[in-house]
Amino acid sequence: MLTSLSIRGMRDLLARREVSSVELTRAHLERIEALDASTVRAMLTVTREHAEAQARAADQRLAAGDDSPLLGIPVILKDVLTTRGIRTTAGSKMLEAFVPIEDGTITRRLAEAGTAMLGKSNMDEFAMGSSTENSGFFPTRNPWDLDRVPGGSSGGSAAAVGAEFTPFALGTDTGGSIRQPGALCGVVGFKPTYGRVSRYGLIAFASSLDQIGPFTRTVEDAALVMNAIAGHDPCDSTSLQAPVPDYAAALSGETSLEGVRLALPREYFDVQGMDPAADAVVRAAIAHLESLGAELGEVSLPHTGYGLATYYLIAPAECSANLARYDGVKYSLSIREPGSGLWDIYERSRGEGFGREVKRRIILGTYALSSGYYDAYYLKAQKVRTLIKQDFDSVFETYDAVVCPTSPNVAFALGAKTQDPLAMYLNDLFTIPSSLAGLPGISVPAGMVAGLPVGLQIVGKALDESGVLRIAHAFEQSTDWHTLRSPIAQMHPATTTP
Amino acid sequence: MTTTTSTSAPTPQTSRYEAVIGLECHVQLATRSKMFCGCPTDYAGAAPNTHVCPICLGMPGVLPVINRIAVEYTLLTGLALNADIPQATKFDRKNYPYPDLVKGYQISQYDLPLVKGGWVEITVGADTRRIHLERVHLEEDTGKLTHVSAGSLVDFNRSGVPLMEMVSQPDMHTPAEARAYLRKLRVILRTLGVSDADMEKGQLRCDVNVSLRPVGQSRLGTKVEVKNLNSFRSVQRALEYEIGRQSVALDNSETIVQETRGWLEHEARTVTQRSKEEAHDYRYFPEPDLPPIFVDAAWLSSLRERLPELPDARRERYMRDFGLGLADAEALSSDQWAAHLFEGTVAAGAEAKMAANWIQNDVARLRGDADGHTLDPHHLADLLRMVDQGEIGNPAARQVLPLVYESGRPPREVVAEMGLGLVSDTAELETIVRQVLEDNPEPVADYRSGKLAAINRLKGKAMQASGGKANHAVVEDLLKSLLNS
Repeated sequence: MLTSLSIRGMRDLLARREVSSVELTRAHLERIEALDASTVRAMLTVTREHAEAQARAADQRLAAGDDSPLLGIPVILKDVLTTRGIRTTAGSKMLEAFVPIEDGTITRRLAEAGTAMLGKSNMDEFAMGSSTENSGFFPTRNPWDLDRVPGGSSGGSAAAVGAEFTPFALGTDTGGSIRQPGALCGVVGFKPTYGRVSRYGLIAFASSLDQIGPFTRTVEDAALVMNAIAGHDPCDSTSLQAPVPDYAAALSGETSLEGVRLALPREYFDVQGMDPAADAVVRAAIAHLESLGAELGEVSLPHTGYGLATYYLIAPAECSANLARYDGVKYSLSIREPGSGLWDIYERSRGEGFGREVKRRIILGTYALSSGYYDAYYLKAQKVRTLIKQDFDSVFETYDAVVCPTSPNVAFALGAKTQDPLAMYLNDLFTIPSSLAGLPGISVPAGMVAGLPVGLQIVGKALDESGVLRIAHAFEQSTDWHTLRSPIAQMHPATTTP
Repeated sequence: MTTTTSTSAPTPQTSRYEAVIGLECHVQLATRSKMFCGCPTDYAGAAPNTHVCPICLGMPGVLPVINRIAVEYTLLTGLALNADIPQATKFDRKNYPYPDLVKGYQISQYDLPLVKGGWVEITVGADTRRIHLERVHLEEDTGKLTHVSAGSLVDFNRSGVPLMEMVSQPDMHTPAEARAYLRKLRVILRTLGVSDADMEKGQLRCDVNVSLRPVGQSRLGTKVEVKNLNSFRSVQRALEYEIGRQSVALDNSETIVQETRGWLEHEARTVTQRSKEEAHDYRYFPEPDLPPIFVDAAWLSSLRERLPELPDARRERYMRDFGLGLADAEALSSDQWAAHLFEGTVAAGAEAKMAANWIQNDVARLRGDADGHTLDPHHLADLLRMVDQGEIGNPAARQVLPLVYESGRPPREVVAEMGLGLVSDTAELETIVRQVLEDNPEPVADYRSGKLAAINRLKGKAMQASGGKANHAVVEDLLKSLLNS
């Protein structure tokens, strides 16, 4: 089926003129329009006209012999990436009617690469959450089981790829928001090194952690997308100047991992709260890596245990400032009546515009930065962050990558953790430390537990996206977990029930 | 109540107290683009919200990029202030909600400013002393609110304009010193070309901190901050008022409250704005969107090479090369406009001390507080040369100067048009002088009998007869030659 192909597969058909970008784009739009509302609810906004216009332009470029790797390929963007003339909500009632006047850098780069944007995907409000249940609009569901969450915060993008609404989607990862939903939806989720991809146009949650990355069906596709989005942007002063290698070219058909040294941090295994069945899947995956020739070694990342606490000081502190601009005075939701004072407008607009989790984090962050608490909380957290980074640095003196579970569990039922924020936060236990260290990490499909996908996480050195992709590719090419299709993916647009 | 000349401050026994004064100045830098985006800074007179972009509007998803020129202007200022330039510096977020602050935080600098310490030299009367600075840092300006009956309007043209904050140490003791310090800062900024520093235009804004303590006590008293000072005069008057107010309070054994007060220009008094208890917790933290700035030696030395002659060096040169006294040299070198005119006038051939006098008196009166106006140094030099060579008298020159200043016309043209030129024509004057000698036999006889001073009486008569337009020197020569023949 056309819509279940990888980017590479679709690109080959486009190059051979067996299909046009308009046809390809419409096939995906049909699936979305027929299936999304009654199944996963991945989409906040579907942009049919925009997508078709881009597809027509791509067809012209294709006809002119342009062979850009993403030309004519459909894409879905997490609704935290600004799109000119298309509302961008960040999953929040606060920005329900916000229409940006310019494209973000990555939106623009994808448009220049010739993609056809199908629409904007659902997410936890301002990317705060691990289940997409914190969306200000509605929860998204898991394409493998509609009673379960897709993970978060980029749950809409992950579910859209898992439901075969698009060959690839972009998400953002602050503490695991690409890798964890990637794992839970059975797709590849890749978070680049902090600074590798421009954040200009990414509505900020935690500026020192946020990073854009792709969801794809294959590791090679992730490399192709990275080729289009990675690289310095003068509009983002935190984006790195380092040259960008050809990530896709670095992936050979070679599945041998001979000479590759992989570290297994003991703090990531035998952890309380780890689903034993998922644990078994991850261990089997690691054994498989060994069978490919990788050398395994147990290591310690001693400050791992402080990761969650550190993250929940730094990220809320930054968000408390980043979200201050939504004050009911400018472009955001504004609730005011004749005679409303300034503080009435602030309180009512923010009170009604923000959801519970966002408010919780603003309050946490405001507290952590307050006079008299700054040293004890924010400054201390920054110091621990440095220690966590040093943990990884010392492991990377000997090892090429760290391998571990992506998430302690498979997709959980909707509502299962909404009443217990801490239980929800624990879902990011394995992704947060590498986020704090700014390292690249990928989650690849590595097995199933009771019909639900389990992800294997591979974390590499800063700027060593190629190394991470190479290991993930070897694993993927020697297994067939990535070829499994979710029940929603297998639904035909004409059918109405799974 | 309005006061135009002196403050309405209570008159206390101020001599019992010593005032301790510190100034916090905000200086708009004269960069072409804003601090963190490419928007132009020349918003003066522009329609509201026309010099804006997503970045200076704080739209979702945008990121700041540091204006290198603004950083260099701040570093140049630091060098001119003899200050320390730390190798590493960073920006921080200063959090507070207000509708003119687009992001809900201001990008500023907290614990690692671009410039630390430094000093300027001020001269008040015959005393020259150093006023030390605490720090100079860089931040972004806010938008501007206008309150109308229907509500409040906000204009973001100013939002994101580079703003340099210069904090002095509490090193001053009199309003005159504060004013001299401000003048010195302004001339340094203008000499460097980093700001136009026009207080009336809001390019130089000033808050003062003032506390009093009994003379001889070293412990500082409770300080009060006074805001909303938008001219040199209001700085001086507000300080005079505050010192008076606090002195009376202390005389009455009242406690000075630590607070922020506002200066009401038209009422010539300060009023409570905010007490310490209401002070904000700004929750500063490092700006995660901007990397730290490292100032290396090469960068600094290239900036040092760009430093122009600074006012203090200029003052020394005026004393050395032009023979000016300290007061004249200080006054002229502390005023970019006057210094420029002075040097131009001297270069155009005027005598230096004469030029210095005219610029500080007659020209200064015409200029008032308006800095925009220019006076062609060649015109001033011409005018002074005409006086010097007796072509016109001082009173005539004083009449001509305003017209030259306003119209920009050459003084010779104005003199001719007004018929103010002195009569130097020997033939014309000889007729007058012969008539005077004929009409005044007494002084003529006196002179010839050896009372040479009698010539002054004859000269006065001749001047009178010429309607004041006769050239003194020519008249005197004529008198002598006719009396001695």
